[in-house]
Amino acid sequence: MQQWGFPVDISTTGYRVDRLFWLALWLTGIAFALVVGALTYFLICYRARSDRRAYYTHGDSHGAISLTGGLALLVFLLIDVNLAYHDHAAWQAVWGAPPSAKEALRVEIMPEQFAWNIRYAGPDGVFRTADDVTTINQLHVPINRPVIVQLSSKDVIHSFFLPNLRIKMDAVPGMVTSLYFQAKTSGTYDIACAEHCGFGHYRMRGFLVVESREAFTTWMVGQSKARPPDSSWGWNWGGAA
Amino acid sequence: MDEAATTPVEIPLIDIPAGKFGMWVFLISESMFFTGLIGSYIVLRLGSESWPRPGTILNTPLLGLNTLVLLSSSLTMALGLNAIQQGKQRQLKRYLLFTALLGSLFLVIKGCDYVHLWRHGFTLSSSLFGSCYYLLTGFHGLHVLSGVILMLYLVAAASRGAFAASQHVRVESSGLYWHFIDMVWVILFAILCLV
Amino acid sequence: MEQSQPRSFWRRDVFSTHHKVIAIQYLLTGVMFLAVGGVMALLIRWQLAAPWQPVPIIGKLLFREAGGAITPEAYPMLFTMHGSIMVFFAVTPILLGALGNYTIPLEVGARDMAFPRLNMVSYWFLFLGSASMLASFFVPGGAAGFGWTIYAPLSASTEMLPGWGQDLFILGLALDAVSILMGGINYITTIMQLRAPGLTLRRLPLTLWGLFYSAVLNTLWLPIVASALFMVLCDRRLGTAFFLAGPLAPHAGGQVLLYQHLFWGFGHPEVYILIFPVWGLVGDLLSVFSRKPAFGYKATVLSMLTITILSGIVWGHHMFTSGMNPLVGKAFMFLTITVSVPTAIFFLNWLGTLWRSAIRLTVPMLFTLGVVFVFAIGGLTGLFNALQTFDVYIHDTYFVVGHFHYTLAASVLFGTFAFIYFWFPKIFGRQMSSRLGKLHFWLSFVFLNAVFSVMMFVGLHGHMRRIADATAYEFLKPVQHWNVFIGWAALGLGLSQLLFFFNFLYSLFRGTPAPANPWEAGSLAWTVPSPPPEHNYDAVPRIWCGPHEYGVPGLNNGDWLSQTDPRAKALAKS
Repeated sequence: MQQWGFPVDISTTGYRVDRLFWLALWLTGIAFALVVGALTYFLICYRARSDRRAYYTHGDSHGAISLTGGLALLVFLLIDVNLAYHDHAAWQAVWGAPPSAKEALRVEIMPEQFAWNIRYAGPDGVFRTADDVTTINQLHVPINRPVIVQLSSKDVIHSFFLPNLRIKMDAVPGMVTSLYFQAKTSGTYDIACAEHCGFGHYRMRGFLVVESREAFTTWMVGQSKARPPDSSWGWNWGGAA
Repeated sequence: MDEAATTPVEIPLIDIPAGKFGMWVFLISESMFFTGLIGSYIVLRLGSESWPRPGTILNTPLLGLNTLVLLSSSLTMALGLNAIQQGKQRQLKRYLLFTALLGSLFLVIKGCDYVHLWRHGFTLSSSLFGSCYYLLTGFHGLHVLSGVILMLYLVAAASRGAFAASQHVRVESSGLYWHFIDMVWVILFAILCLV
Repeated sequence: MEQSQPRSFWRRDVFSTHHKVIAIQYLLTGVMFLAVGGVMALLIRWQLAAPWQPVPIIGKLLFREAGGAITPEAYPMLFTMHGSIMVFFAVTPILLGALGNYTIPLEVGARDMAFPRLNMVSYWFLFLGSASMLASFFVPGGAAGFGWTIYAPLSASTEMLPGWGQDLFILGLALDAVSILMGGINYITTIMQLRAPGLTLRRLPLTLWGLFYSAVLNTLWLPIVASALFMVLCDRRLGTAFFLAGPLAPHAGGQVLLYQHLFWGFGHPEVYILIFPVWGLVGDLLSVFSRKPAFGYKATVLSMLTITILSGIVWGHHMFTSGMNPLVGKAFMFLTITVSVPTAIFFLNWLGTLWRSAIRLTVPMLFTLGVVFVFAIGGLTGLFNALQTFDVYIHDTYFVVGHFHYTLAASVLFGTFAFIYFWFPKIFGRQMSSRLGKLHFWLSFVFLNAVFSVMMFVGLHGHMRRIADATAYEFLKPVQHWNVFIGWAALGLGLSQLLFFFNFLYSLFRGTPAPANPWEAGSLAWTVPSPPPEHNYDAVPRIWCGPHEYGVPGLNNGDWLSQTDPRAKALAKS
């Protein structure tokens, strides 16, 4: 689903982010038009002329103060509180309902300068075992299935950015952060690092491959045969995570 | 900030000399600096799984003695100010010297403490507690050192007869600074050695 | 009247304790760094428009080893130094150093700052700081490359960035911080304690209020980031691990996010530190050039106070994607959007000043109106960033870059120009060319909006900031031609500034001599000759009214009152 100005949206919830943008654009656009309109009007009507003096007021009467205060409050209620309310609703949809660990595919990602180390739990569903599958920069996920990603970092802060899903999350050394998503369109998309992480920051690109359940399974089997898992990193997901 | 303004103070916000006002602004800034350091210490400590119990690493009695040294230097500072308010220049000089001496004594004890701890493997990089200890007390020590230099400068000025009963803004604002670093030490002593 | 004694060149023009000389030192330093930072911006835009291509003309000189092209190692240095130099060594010296030092004593009716010697030391600390920053380019490994935010652990580990350039950078910032703090002590003390008789707090020019609150914010928050920077330095060189965690840390317990809290605790107020003097200036200049009292003076000052308080508790909106608790994020979001209430009052008062006024479209007025326009965009787009859900998407993209350039670069730059065009006659005793000034304004206005609005657009498309090459990504291919567009617009913006430099230098030597009060401004500074005598005032002036008495009815000659005009006594009574 292509929204003007945005990259293609392939997630089930990304449209909430785009909609929030358009709402904010409308509301702030109106405010901006009013300010610039007034500015232009005053500039045209109130140019200095030899036969006219400015209206002498300090604007500190009760009326003037109530008017500015009232208008500011109106701006706050109509724009700010309105947007905050819609933001809350969007947040609930995008971040507020994590999928259950059972139905979701779980992935661990441990970036380092300048690559994404990716880990799947393998057939046993438990991380840090011999049947884990690890890849570099290749994140395959089945279409229409929730995915939970946990992130940490080997060196500096990186930020796991999926532009086509409208989400990102920092990968912070010494911490585990997480995000989840569900992709609804198959294809290959970009994974980008959004936090400056060194001179190779610009080329820290990964690939998100959204494919059918069958293709995903085949790929996974192929990967587990191709090489033993990287045992230098990984962590356990406390129980059901 | 010893130079009096060339314009008479006409309508000050608070009726105190500009030198003292400026010192208060400076001390607010200083306390924010120590807020940054002490705040970081608290956050790091609360976030750590284990932390050495008070008294297991640091020499609490020695540091307690140091606290007394610094507290008595605050007393001599206050006595010095009191002396010059009554116009007693010789007494002022004596008390300022005392203050500088006590400050130096504090630094010497601090130095012995550092050497002792360092020899026993408690260094800046040995543990997070070590890092915090040397960082906090080190920055405080630098402040004491500059305080001592300030005192010696005041002694020199007092010898030239720069102060009088009606003219002692520099003594007063330096006193504020001295009491401030004293107070910071009391806080540091409490959170490093006692809690 | 005391005569100023002749003194040597060194005491009079270099190691001077005199506020007007120090102000000019700050101004020249700032303008020089504005040019340096500007050239860096052009290099950044060149790299993004034509990745890895040799830079025309100056490339061979700057990047000799790479055949004139910007290398992946050089690119982070460029954006790091561009940001830091612009914020701390260009805008701060101009808007706090020059504007503050020049106007404060003149406008309060004093002969100098409260602490002239401290003032001199303050400038020389800035000088040492900038020397340290510039020296960092010439050490092995080059200048700092961690971004102006100096995020740990990238900044805090020598395994990541080994060069001494990083340390020189931190040292330079620390020296600059000391300089700013010393200046701040002077500003606060002078404004509060040295006002001439009759100059009550309600009669201060708004510029001075802006400078005051800006100094208050510096006093409070700059020490916080200074403490964090010292800890970063310890982590780098002394083996500590305050901000190191994970495999990189020598021992456990360090907290990476602590650095961000400390940094943004200062970093967000920094926005207001830079913008407050501009806001104050805008309030004053709108009043001067619309020949009408500043509308809602008291509400404007109180709004500034409100923002001063709020700015200290909104830093978390820079960290929505850092893994902080979403509920905490909500609180930060709500606090952040509250800032729009005082900001709206500001805008309404500016519009109120223009309403039924008599506008004179001079060059400083054009730049002032430019500030109102670009800050409207900057402020409103700030709302997008405050929205947690949307911020997660555009965080660390060019949307943010465009937004903060509207608030920090565009508004502050226009404010800087308004300051220079307005005060030039007073400072140097000569007028700047108004025709060149207008051309400079319109070209800057067009190009600046072209640069920063398109930045926001590519950011909306997900274009990450601080990447050296957008063509490496499939999803950014559709917007690469916009990077080329920004490149051209930035070049246009840069070249338009040559008009300013020419105008500045030409007017300095050849401009028409300026009268004492070319703008018919009411504030105290315009009652003395241009340039003012060294001691500013022969006698302590007596103030009778506020600085904005324009369009006063019932005057038989002129339509305005100077602050020292005794006719204002009657005004106060009625």
